[in-house]
Amino acid sequence: MANAPLLQLRGLTKRFLGVTALSAVDFTARAGEIHALLGENGAGKSTLIKVLTGIHVPDCGSIALSGQPIAPRSPKDAEAAGISTVYQEVNLIRALSVAENIALGRQPGRFGFLNWRAIRRHAREALARLEIECDVDAELGSLSIALQQMVAIARALDLRARLLVLDEPTASLDQKEVAELFKVMRRLRGEGLGIIFVTHFLDQVYAVCERITVLRNGQLVGEYPTAELPKLALVGKMLGREVADESGRAPAQSAPATNPAAGAAPPVLEARGLGRRHAVEGVDLALRRGEVTGLAGLLGSGRTETARLLFGVDRAESGEIRIHDRVVRLGSPRDAAQLGLGFCSEDRKSEGILPNLSVRENLIFALQAKRGAWHTLSRAEQTELCDRYIAALRIKTADAETPIKNLSGGNQQKVLLARWLATQPEVIILDEPTRGIDVGAKAEIEQLIARLRADGLAVLLISSEVEEIVRNCSHVLVLRERRPAGKIAGDEITPARLMQAMAGNA
Amino acid sequence: MIARSLSTRYLPLIATSGIFLVLFITASVLNEGFFSGRVIVNLLSDNAFLGIAAVGMTLVIFSGGIDLSVGSVIGFTSIFSATIIAGHGVHPAIAWIAAVILGALLGAAMGTLIHVFELPPFLVTLAGMFLARGSAFWLNTESVGISHPWYDGLSNFALSLGPIQVSAAALLLLATALAGYVVAHHTRFGRNLLAIGGSEQSALLMGLPVGAAKIAVYTVNSACAAFAGLVATLYTGSGNPSMGIGLELDAIAVVVIGGTLLTGGRGHLFGTVLGLLIFGTIQAAILFDGRLSSWWMRIVVGALLLVFILLQRLLVRGETRAGH
Amino acid sequence: MNPAESSRPRRPLSPLVWLCLGLTALVLWNVVSNPAFLAVTLRDGHVYGVPIDIFTQASRTMLVALGMTLVIATGGVDLSVGSVVAIAGAVCALTLGHGAGLPLTIAAAIAVGAAAGAVNGLLVARLAIQPIVATLILMVAGRGIAQLLSGGQVLIIADKSFEFLANGFVLGLPFAPLLVAALFLAAHLALRRSALGLFIEAAGDNETASRFAGLAAARIKWLVYVFSGACAGLAGVLTASNIRAADANRAGENAELDAIFAVVVGGTALTGGRFSILGTFLGALLIQTLATTMYYRGVPPAVAPVPKALLIVAVSLLQSEKLRNRISALWRKPRKVAA
Repeated sequence: MANAPLLQLRGLTKRFLGVTALSAVDFTARAGEIHALLGENGAGKSTLIKVLTGIHVPDCGSIALSGQPIAPRSPKDAEAAGISTVYQEVNLIRALSVAENIALGRQPGRFGFLNWRAIRRHAREALARLEIECDVDAELGSLSIALQQMVAIARALDLRARLLVLDEPTASLDQKEVAELFKVMRRLRGEGLGIIFVTHFLDQVYAVCERITVLRNGQLVGEYPTAELPKLALVGKMLGREVADESGRAPAQSAPATNPAAGAAPPVLEARGLGRRHAVEGVDLALRRGEVTGLAGLLGSGRTETARLLFGVDRAESGEIRIHDRVVRLGSPRDAAQLGLGFCSEDRKSEGILPNLSVRENLIFALQAKRGAWHTLSRAEQTELCDRYIAALRIKTADAETPIKNLSGGNQQKVLLARWLATQPEVIILDEPTRGIDVGAKAEIEQLIARLRADGLAVLLISSEVEEIVRNCSHVLVLRERRPAGKIAGDEITPARLMQAMAGNA
Repeated sequence: MIARSLSTRYLPLIATSGIFLVLFITASVLNEGFFSGRVIVNLLSDNAFLGIAAVGMTLVIFSGGIDLSVGSVIGFTSIFSATIIAGHGVHPAIAWIAAVILGALLGAAMGTLIHVFELPPFLVTLAGMFLARGSAFWLNTESVGISHPWYDGLSNFALSLGPIQVSAAALLLLATALAGYVVAHHTRFGRNLLAIGGSEQSALLMGLPVGAAKIAVYTVNSACAAFAGLVATLYTGSGNPSMGIGLELDAIAVVVIGGTLLTGGRGHLFGTVLGLLIFGTIQAAILFDGRLSSWWMRIVVGALLLVFILLQRLLVRGETRAGH
Repeated sequence: MNPAESSRPRRPLSPLVWLCLGLTALVLWNVVSNPAFLAVTLRDGHVYGVPIDIFTQASRTMLVALGMTLVIATGGVDLSVGSVVAIAGAVCALTLGHGAGLPLTIAAAIAVGAAAGAVNGLLVARLAIQPIVATLILMVAGRGIAQLLSGGQVLIIADKSFEFLANGFVLGLPFAPLLVAALFLAAHLALRRSALGLFIEAAGDNETASRFAGLAAARIKWLVYVFSGACAGLAGVLTASNIRAADANRAGENAELDAIFAVVVGGTALTGGRFSILGTFLGALLIQTLATTMYYRGVPPAVAPVPKALLIVAVSLLQSEKLRNRISALWRKPRKVAA
């Protein structure tokens, strides 16, 4: 019984505008089991879940629940079939009461009128099943995220779910709350429910899951019993590298030369004990001229959060940032930019490009913002900057007046890089600069990083690709579960060392 | 935690009740003879059509939308019913039904534009406002008197509650408010509206019929506005194409003063009734006093709007902070 | 020369072309039925004629729409402009009544408008209140404030120099349209020669990204509301000058609607981003021409909103991406079947 396949996906494929998000993926979840679904950014986890919940319709492939083929076309369809999903950003209505959130859309009542007493009783029963104590009349928004999640689970179960999908439920919980959640998950497993658990905390996977399925770049890497897959091997599967491969740097690639004087030089930017609640704790970093420092770690390890603190997007709650040995207060990206920092965000679409503006306007924007409204760059200066960077970075665009949204991802990334280079920064933070761009453009971006280093910039490179870190960095800070998990320098930087630190058994 | 949740949920409503009591007591102390059951009933009669429009507006605002066309719809139905009753001899009951159906059709059209083509509600309903007002003047540029036994019967009707006479207009308002309350708080449709206003994305993921509810709420609201226009003809005994100019703003103010979040997702229909009473009290006090000029009305209403919007902003902000 | 100008032709061209076509068609239709429609005559050294009337009457809407264009470009909207027009008119009557000179009067009206805009901007940019909600407050209270200032009466303004603003002629041409045209030109130069235009478009196109690139987006948003208030203030001066009185009840009635319509018809999207000042100018002209056409067709002025409403729905549907997607989906489907 425990091993009966509850959900079977066969050959699931989904493309978006020519990008393949899922390619012939098979997946099996069993009743009475907790099954971890793992993978880095772009692995296809969220697409798979959206197909399961009927938000996306697959291009081909089949879904079967208890042997019956299903084709959910909406979340409602999926729920009716018995698949319920709880998301990290609890998708309930914060201004309504707990009882109402559990009942919404299927409230008991007669002649279209609601029976509030039944709604409340029902909610109490649903929460009691999870052994949760909570006032059903309380407004959902007044509860902690952990409790809100429990309410979401109660709602999901109330739909007579047979399969429960938990999409990164632990991302905003503290340890006690995670333990509480696990208790509930184990209880439900005991009741014969199938649970798919998406997370990026590997320790949690080993704490509750029987099986692990790993996806990478939209493809199935494999399904493994948790007991038979050591953590390090798991990280290898997620990152697409075999653990046995201890070769380190490929000999063809020269080790990134450190600026001869660099080791001795004082850092341009130094962070000490930098931290912010629910983001990252205790980060120490020193960025020097002519050096590329790496910031490595799995998804959710606190990489981007660190970059946001360094660039003043979020305010640090502890620690300090020094620039040229002077303590600075970064209240906004504007402050950071004025102090000679640049930041290419990993979320190009919402934090990078100004989609309807031209390549030229995007390219000169940071410099113009730094100069203010009245010290306008003349048309000639703008053209000169555009020509220079379009040529130097080999940006492929019809001309500088094309809206940037018409460019490919790689070329957009180059324009954003040029945007900051035009401000002649001392420090540049690159968050996943090669994500979502094709192989050729990746190589070009890496060449550019080498040139920036040679030009004397201090570069902070954030990447989830181990090779990228190995190829480009002379110092690496590895983060794990929002804390520093090791510093590696020089020839010590090998994929194996990095992965060990990322997996937490260094 | 319970205390906190109660306070966020009911604070606006408590504030509204408090303001009403303070206002009413102040007005009674300052103006001898102000405090009487008759004054309260008059508050309802005099503002019946505003109140009926505000009930519909409450539902629209619950869903996170806004409707700027209600004043014009009132003007249109008022002259439309008067024209066909007085000019074409149509029976008032039929005229009323026709007017409400016409209003509902306009609302359905606006709701469709808003939902299907994702046009901003304020723009679509602005167009609706122009359309309805223009059509009203196209029917007739002058006011038209209505005299029909059915009308006279209705407008002279009054329910005697001891010494207090409750007019038909006030009764129709109370009935609409009661119906609105039942719809908002005791039907799936009403709860779906609040859910959509709280988070349309979540409502979709929860499998709620978002599109149907959005189109329906504009339909219901325009029907309400049409009905308000008819009650207005009852009150004035005539139809007037310029009736209800700017009334949409008063209706929105009544809803917001009643503690409903203008961005949607939070509120109570009972608050709208209280909001109407506050609005009416200010108006009555200003008229009763005679020393205060009528424009203070707008300034006070604007100030109340500001206070409530800031209060709501603080509440929402505190809540997102607590949630993190 | 101009840093941005020569790059512009690429973008808002198609809305502008549609606008010009619409305007031409409307004028042609008028000329066919009334050949004298375009006739301009010289009397007492002043030009008269329907086109001149259209420009003169459109000038106030244009002015309000100028400020509204920038507010809408940042993704906002300013509903309070009509009330600000009324307040500014009352301020004019008061300052002139106290014997202040014309320059001081105009400055006071504009300053009051700008102050009103500053309050709106504070609510929107600092307190992050939705623009519709934030500006609604002043829309409601503003008329009351105007009535308070004018004591609830229509204040007659008998001042020759003040009257000149809306009704005077310079070199035979009406002053108000000239003034407004000059302001449009000045605004265009100020926005496009400086980086302000770029900053406004960036803040409206993707506020987060503009902030991440080091722009003080909140300050830009605040500024556009101040500018919108100032424009409405000056429009209030022209309105008061036109009727030689400050009418707190009627002045600026529906000004916000006409301005929003002019902006949207002019091709600036309500979602923010790219704006076109020339488009707004033509949009206001189109709306006034439509109103004048209705007038000459014998349609009572009160009914004129009907075609306006139809026009705005048609234009927003044309701009709706949703509709475009639907139409292109219809287009594609049969093809797919064929293939």
